[in-house]
Amino acid sequence: MRRIPLPVLATASLVLVTLALALVFFVAPNDADQGFSQRIFYFHVSIAFTAYLCFGAGAWKALRHLWKRDPRADLESYVAVHQGVIFGVLVLLTGSIWAKISWGHWWVWSENQLVLFLVLFLFYAAYFMLRFSVDPGPQRANLSAVYALFGVVLVPVSFLAIRLSQSLIHPQVFTRHGPNFGGWILAAYIVSQVAVLVLAYTLYRVELAGKLLDVRLRELRLA
Amino acid sequence: MTTAEKYVTAAYCVVFGVVLLYVVIIALKVQRMERDIDKLEQERDG
Amino acid sequence: MIRNGSGDWRRVSYLSDVGALTRKDLLLELRARDTLPAMLLFVAAVFVVFHFSLPAGSSRLAASGLLWVAIVFTALLALGRAFVPEREQRTLDALVLAPCDRSAIWLAKSLATLTFLAAAEIVALPLFELFFHGLRGSTVAGVALADLGICAVGTFVGATAVVTRARELLLPLLFLPLAIPLVIGGVGASVVHGPGRYLGFLGLYDLLFALLCWAAFEYVVVE
Repeated sequence: MRRIPLPVLATASLVLVTLALALVFFVAPNDADQGFSQRIFYFHVSIAFTAYLCFGAGAWKALRHLWKRDPRADLESYVAVHQGVIFGVLVLLTGSIWAKISWGHWWVWSENQLVLFLVLFLFYAAYFMLRFSVDPGPQRANLSAVYALFGVVLVPVSFLAIRLSQSLIHPQVFTRHGPNFGGWILAAYIVSQVAVLVLAYTLYRVELAGKLLDVRLRELRLA
Repeated sequence: MTTAEKYVTAAYCVVFGVVLLYVVIIALKVQRMERDIDKLEQERDG
Repeated sequence: MIRNGSGDWRRVSYLSDVGALTRKDLLLELRARDTLPAMLLFVAAVFVVFHFSLPAGSSRLAASGLLWVAIVFTALLALGRAFVPEREQRTLDALVLAPCDRSAIWLAKSLATLTFLAAAEIVALPLFELFFHGLRGSTVAGVALADLGICAVGTFVGATAVVTRARELLLPLLFLPLAIPLVIGGVGASVVHGPGRYLGFLGLYDLLFALLCWAAFEYVVVE
């Protein structure tokens, strides 16, 4: 996958996202219950899944750094976590918009996914605070890697905890009807998911390339 | 779709379009920089 | 020294290392006598603040929830102090150089912190019952289980924070997102009619994160 040149990836994401937008806004039928506003869900779900994948990728690279001592793994882990946080913030934003449309409030505690992303956002924001209060070097790489691994364990544990907490906090149940997967709805969802994944990978590769260039420029200047 | 919804859709598309065009431009720039640095490194090592 | 075979010798050495380190921390506290009194005073003051924070119509359950806030922040007080002697006397480097398993350092520090936290709670819980009533057996069980998680994760995160430039600033940021599941479990155990699920969850958290901390501590203190 590293062989795919950057402009190709970027153009692919441009095409795919445009296609996804077209499908979501023009082709997919209105949701029976929620009407037009439900369309944001196509992107909200795609972005959420992509964010989880980014955190997972960050943890995988972190493991490779600690275990195999792969020299690029620390940087790749950092960039993956960074993308994960960006997409995580987007989850919170799109989720907030959806909550406002659905229930009239910009934030609802009854949505497990939203609350989970809030906790994860706090956790991974601290990742950056940790990383930038240590000077660059092997110790920073180790600490970041260990923290990224903690994050990946925290995801299922937090999800379980938040599910348990719902019975503490919410006697009422907000019913939300999931989309009925038929025809164009499924197609729109699949295209959106692929589009967001390709976009995320593109952004990851671009940021990684930029950082690697910085490193090489620095070496050239010192030489 | 109502007019309002059409405008919302158009707004989404325009924003996304601009952002993605920016990503394409950055990708091209990064590729050019990589080639330049490869060349510089070859000159240094050669 | 008992030498039944190399395996036994290592195990005994590990446990005696942990014992020695724990004893050192406990003795230091016994002589200095600063952390534990501070924690006790802090808990009492926090309870008084709670009384004034709870409006007239608040349920008894709200106070039970706030108990967990008190526990988490009292623990933070102890954790902030946990690695201070190591940092000031530079003994952390010496400990790492010593021929003991690095995870022994973590285990010993966790046990010492656990002792302080438990000692503080022996006073705090009856005090809570006095001020607010409604203390249940499941609450105490929840406190016991959550303490394990708090000390395991808190010690780990405390060691991470000590290595950075930001130190005391970073500790709460790193600790609180990880503590959220513990609070959920603890409040659930204190408040709900069937606390079994929450206690089970706390046990699961303790197991998972203790294992993770034990395995990963090496990377925090070594380059």
